[in-house]
Amino acid sequence: MSEFLSNAANAASTWAIPIIFLIIVGAAAIKKVKVYEVFVEGAKEGFNVGVKIIPYLVAILAAIAVFRGSGALDWSISILRPLLEPMGVPPEVLPMALMRPLSGSGALGVMTEGLETYGPDSLIGNMLSTMMGSTETTFYVLAVYFGSVGIRRARHALPACLIGDFAGIVSAIFICKLVF
Amino acid sequence: MINYIWMGLILIGVIVAAFTGRMEQLTEAAFDSAKLAVELAIGLIGIMALWLGLMRLAEASGLVKFIARLVRPLMVRLFPEVPADHPAMGSMIANIAANILGLGNSATALGLKAMQDLETLNKKAGTATNSMVTFLAINTTSVTLIPATVIGLRASAGSTEPTSIIGTTIIATICSTVVGVTAAKLLQKRKAYRIQEESDE
Repeated sequence: MSEFLSNAANAASTWAIPIIFLIIVGAAAIKKVKVYEVFVEGAKEGFNVGVKIIPYLVAILAAIAVFRGSGALDWSISILRPLLEPMGVPPEVLPMALMRPLSGSGALGVMTEGLETYGPDSLIGNMLSTMMGSTETTFYVLAVYFGSVGIRRARHALPACLIGDFAGIVSAIFICKLVF
Repeated sequence: MINYIWMGLILIGVIVAAFTGRMEQLTEAAFDSAKLAVELAIGLIGIMALWLGLMRLAEASGLVKFIARLVRPLMVRLFPEVPADHPAMGSMIANIAANILGLGNSATALGLKAMQDLETLNKKAGTATNSMVTFLAINTTSVTLIPATVIGLRASAGSTEPTSIIGTTIIATICSTVVGVTAAKLLQKRKAYRIQEESDE
């Protein structure tokens, strides 16, 4: 079963993009769209988008790097630990819970280290994996998406997304406790 | 809010570094990340151009409209401010589908296309619309079906059952997305987050 799922997952991600290419270009050809011209016309915008997000990305990544580089994350963990432990949150998963919305590469590092220390099939290993897979790097996504259209006033975006992340992390912990 | 968080990250960082004696690492991390930000943005340009070209094709052939019609009842409820046949609906669906399939950078490119389409409906430049925030809540809470990266990492860490977390991940991601979207919908009506009066909302 596990091997089948693993193969299916692989097949899905290898085949998805080529099949999408085929469908899009095929449908355009059937409708007699001038495929090359229309493609180039659309692709033109790509450069502008990439350049436009640079200042937003620098701002958010630098601030997070300063926070991480200073060791403030470790301090926050030691402050939060006594508060969350009585609520059933294992202290081993706190670094992941805090890192996940801030930095994708940071969270990947935390997970790799955690899998090594606790074992990938342990309860902690499963929790870390579930947390990693079930949410996104919120700060990065917000900076890139809003940056690409020049949005500076994000209104309720950050609180809404962080509430969602929190729900994801809490449910990851409890579902793993139930299942594993 | 973003101003306070940004300021907080930097001020707390510098103050804590004074105690931990990590000033050098802090400086290095700041410069490295600035460089990384540009590399990430430049790296996105090619994929962005590719997907924008393909999406233009899909729009021209009517494929986007066709797919948008299939999930219309759900999309109209999620994004009441977006007309049902607006291109934004199609590109948001394309982004969500790419996320579900775990297509990483392609999903980002399609998401940025969706933001451009949503921006055409924005009456107040520089301020996020309700639809944008709802769309971002869906994105940041992730809607994965197959967490391919995680499965790969587990396998290389010697897991006997690398895919055992697929089920728990799907449940957790559904929880986070439902809560995130609900939070976006509830918060958009609050006074502090309302769009300022000169817009015609």
